[in-house]
Amino acid sequence: MSSAAPVEKKPVRAKKLKRRRTFSRADRLTLGVFIGIPTFLHVALVWFPAFVTIYLSFTYWTGIHIGDIQWAGLANYENIFFNTPIFWDALRVNVVWLVWFGVIATPLGILLAYQIDREIRGHTFYQSAYYLPVVLSLAVIGVIWNFLLRPDGLVNGLLGLEISEAVSFFGDDRYNIWVILTMASWRHIGYIMLLYLAGLKAVDASLREASSIDGATEWQTFKKVVFPAMKPVNIIVIVITIIESLRAFDLIYIIYGSSGGLPILGVLVFQNIAGEGASMKGAAYAVILFLLSIVPIVSYLRQQFKEDVS
Amino acid sequence: MSTTKDPKSQKAERDATKAEEKLKRNRGTQRIKDRVISIFIGFFAILWLFPIIWTFYSSLRPYKEIRAGGVLSFPKELNFNNYFEAISRMELPTYFFNTALITLPAVFLILLLGSLMAFVVTRYSFRANVALLLLFTAGNLLPPQLVFIPVFKMYLALGDLVGDRRFLYDSPLGVILIHVAFQMGFATFVLSSYMKTIPKEISESALVDGASVFTHFFRVMLPLLRPPLASLGVLMTTWIYNDFFWALVLMSTDSKRPITSALGRLTGEFVTDYNLLAAGAMIAALPTLIVFFVLRKQFVSGLTLGATKG
Repeated sequence: MSSAAPVEKKPVRAKKLKRRRTFSRADRLTLGVFIGIPTFLHVALVWFPAFVTIYLSFTYWTGIHIGDIQWAGLANYENIFFNTPIFWDALRVNVVWLVWFGVIATPLGILLAYQIDREIRGHTFYQSAYYLPVVLSLAVIGVIWNFLLRPDGLVNGLLGLEISEAVSFFGDDRYNIWVILTMASWRHIGYIMLLYLAGLKAVDASLREASSIDGATEWQTFKKVVFPAMKPVNIIVIVITIIESLRAFDLIYIIYGSSGGLPILGVLVFQNIAGEGASMKGAAYAVILFLLSIVPIVSYLRQQFKEDVS
Repeated sequence: MSTTKDPKSQKAERDATKAEEKLKRNRGTQRIKDRVISIFIGFFAILWLFPIIWTFYSSLRPYKEIRAGGVLSFPKELNFNNYFEAISRMELPTYFFNTALITLPAVFLILLLGSLMAFVVTRYSFRANVALLLLFTAGNLLPPQLVFIPVFKMYLALGDLVGDRRFLYDSPLGVILIHVAFQMGFATFVLSSYMKTIPKEISESALVDGASVFTHFFRVMLPLLRPPLASLGVLMTTWIYNDFFWALVLMSTDSKRPITSALGRLTGEFVTDYNLLAAGAMIAALPTLIVFFVLRKQFVSGLTLGATKG
């Protein structure tokens, strides 16, 4: 690529110059507007606030008068790391979430996609069934599962338990995280399946045929031929898995409200930033959340912009 | 097998038949395995649909029947009464109207501004092209919590400036703008990778004909973007429809909230009549179910366009 690029670039650059010269004033204005409005909106409502939050995380502020902002150094972070045990509880839940998604839900989605792509019997029906939860909002998912798991719901009914002695699936610390993870996986598996399925469609079918003629079993074919060929999609799936695990919020909120029956980073941020009682500890939480997701964000961007930059 | 052949070729022949046998054996066991896999996946597919089917079934029954006889009791009454009641008592039409008020303009603006941005970035050569695209794509991946505090303050300040505190905060306009600012990044990214596949000659011939930038975009490029715009439109509608976070934190008046966020409050309020809530949730899920049944091709291709780049 590197040897051919300089030769190709020259005529393109010449053309660029020519085109730039032919812009009329109206054209330049149009281009300015075309780029200007989206960029302004995006920078003003995404990047600018993001940097302000990073700054605010180093300050004390009640969030009312701008003049009251006081530099605090690392105090908010120290407070979180050393004096807020719930932060570590929440982090633990997020890590369990990530491990569950990474080890169980995502691989299941991938294997499902692989089997469906092989067009096993009934594959169209299966695809629809696993895809259905993907379109639903987490709020609706919360209501639907609550319906099965509440004290007078189906599961307790099947267990033959009266309301008074029913298992509290959301309240009991022994079960709640696993119940929530099951609910989240219900949607996540289908999502990963869809993404992977699209990637598999792009893998050359002859590659797989060749491997099966060579006498490889399906498992060997998947491991040695298909999986390595899917590297770009694999990266994206990993990134989505990490980001979704870190940002989990909706599902927990719809079930527990802001009280935090199950501590998780997304809800901790929310508790500290929403409403008038905002404290900059919330900003520090948001920055921690951001720092944790930097690695997946950067690897996603590297994957997507490989060709553009090189 | 003839005895006249030398040992070497005999061995080769034996190896060949062995390999063939192995292949046949592999194919045979694979067929059995496939059947087992299919049954296994099928079992889970039905399990996957079960929560939705159960919620639907329950929404057809009055709650008092369940209180009297338990969840497993044989249904005496199956009708849509809960639906009619949910629509009137939960004020669902209001919430649907609120949703439309946010979703439709937001999706329109995302598609318009995203395609403008993608158009300039891919069709005109500026030095900042890749940087701009990177800025937009990365911005889309930032956690919403990271930008919330400053956005909230800016909305209030701008509101004071205009003389109406609820100009942006607690107003559909504010929620629309934040969705546009965030999702534009995704739309720009997807549309620009699509535009790269459109031959440059089309643009060049337009330029030779002396078309202005304006005509070039609206007359030449926009019609060609119909397929990705349809996919993105469906995907964005679903996402914004399902959004929970922004409408929760940027709105304080319940009656202004879109249906997905309102569902959280309704869950608390109608906890005494869960079957009514089931009907409400089914109604709230209806537009996304339409996406599932009717627009699935667009939804899936929108989802995978962004993930797999084409």
